[in-house]
Amino acid sequence: MDDLYRQQIIDRYKHPLKRGVLEPHDITFEDENPLCGDRLRIDLRVGPDGKITQAAFSGDGCAISQASADLLAEYIEGKPLEEVRALSKEDILDLLGIELSPIRLKCALLSLKVLKAGAYGMKDLKEAE
Amino acid sequence: MRAIKAETAANQYLIDIQRIRADFPILKREIKPGIPLIYLDSAATSQKPNAVIDSMSEYYRNHNANIHRAVHTLAEEATAMYEAGRAKVAACIAAQPEELIFTRNATEAINLVAQSWGRARLQAGDRILLSELEHHSNLVPWQILAKERDLQLDFIPMTGSGELDLDTCEKLLARGPKLVALTQMSNVMGTIVPIRDITRSAHRAGARVLVDAAQAAPHKAIDVHDLDADFLALSAHKMCGPTGIGALYGKVEILHAMPPFLGGGDMIRKVDWRSFEPNDLPHNFEAGTPAIAEAVGWGAAIDYLNAIGFDAIHRHEKALAAYAMESLREIPGVTVLGPEPSKRGGLVSFTLEGIHPHDIAQILDSYGIAVRAGHHCAMPLHTKLGLSATTRASFYLYTTFEEIDALAEGLQKTRALFA
Repeated sequence: MDDLYRQQIIDRYKHPLKRGVLEPHDITFEDENPLCGDRLRIDLRVGPDGKITQAAFSGDGCAISQASADLLAEYIEGKPLEEVRALSKEDILDLLGIELSPIRLKCALLSLKVLKAGAYGMKDLKEAE
Repeated sequence: MRAIKAETAANQYLIDIQRIRADFPILKREIKPGIPLIYLDSAATSQKPNAVIDSMSEYYRNHNANIHRAVHTLAEEATAMYEAGRAKVAACIAAQPEELIFTRNATEAINLVAQSWGRARLQAGDRILLSELEHHSNLVPWQILAKERDLQLDFIPMTGSGELDLDTCEKLLARGPKLVALTQMSNVMGTIVPIRDITRSAHRAGARVLVDAAQAAPHKAIDVHDLDADFLALSAHKMCGPTGIGALYGKVEILHAMPPFLGGGDMIRKVDWRSFEPNDLPHNFEAGTPAIAEAVGWGAAIDYLNAIGFDAIHRHEKALAAYAMESLREIPGVTVLGPEPSKRGGLVSFTLEGIHPHDIAQILDSYGIAVRAGHHCAMPLHTKLGLSATTRASFYLYTTFEEIDALAEGLQKTRALFA
């Protein structure tokens, strides 16, 4: 079987740990990858110290995009927003533990794109205040 | 391997499949060691036989020069080879060479009509009738023109089985469109569109008709007079030819009245500082150095397909499509899109419940099976179907029944992985 679909990915896709919506939330952002129709929303709760207390994702898409979102949501809990903003493509690939072709990379990185848009949006909001 | 169904077996291999496969060197390719290529993506682009590859190689090795005007031997040879390619493509659709303009691809052929004929002929409020089967190359050129000229776009609806709703077509024709632009074969549903009937109605309603034959031309003999098409767009690469060349057929009296599209060398007879005199058809629409080797290769592709016979190819593909539909429908969770085999060409799009097409395609690739997953450049059609993406297996003259068995097995394994 393809290395891409190692057990972790399939497990995360079929039985995600962080799927859901958070109401209320401090940050939410939604985006899509129109080329493949993957759609993702990430909700965050942020503590007074700027650390993420809870993260959840919702949406639909391929196993890579959904597993990536689940792994990422779990990974960022307890981390400060600053650290989330500094996350890179390599961090996501490390979490997934797989090599991806350019096309599938977009699937894996949708979660990072959504998360960063949310995290930076919050920063902008604070600076505006 | 599954046993091939009796009724299919009776039709099996209307062509000499082993001889044909031997003509396509890429079919010997292994995707990983011990995993041979199973190429089920011919609707995206077909593979190329030795005859085509060799013809282009021979052109570059022995005849390469820029065409027209030069008096040296190579230039004369190159010009003759380029024009022989044109004659073969024209003959393939029963057209005359001067009615056949070489373009980069079918998309550019449609853009040529939009930008030249469309800008000259269409005014604010005029209508263009398209269909819901169209893919982006027969949508976006008209959207661009519609925005520029304030035109109205109407769409012949697609029925649940992926056919055009011809009753509604008549009503939309009554609105008096200036142009009807339709695909001859849907690249997603596989539907073969009854162009000839629609052309008759469209002409009665006073519309010109453009046929996007990029998907249909590889699979069936086309006669532009029989279709009575005013314009017809072709691409070489889907019919065993090279990428980078396509063609626009136009009725000669319509082409004569069209203003230039792209300007430059070759499309002119005479140039001074502030004006030019255009060349004769079809050269007045071919600015700059064209795809010469590709015209040679396309000609070789047509010779190759003619030697096998378009009717035999079409029957082979129908048998493959029928077999694939039957095989896939046996797999729990599979929904096959599109009409019954008698109304379709050699492609089958499907969904597998709970599994995203990208995952399906990726897992099939690990078995060497190349299928396409996504919206196949038909996003509005997928929106209408309520799907973000589908998986498509498409066939050509070199596709075997055993490869369809491998597809079915691969899908069973994909299901098991996600079970």
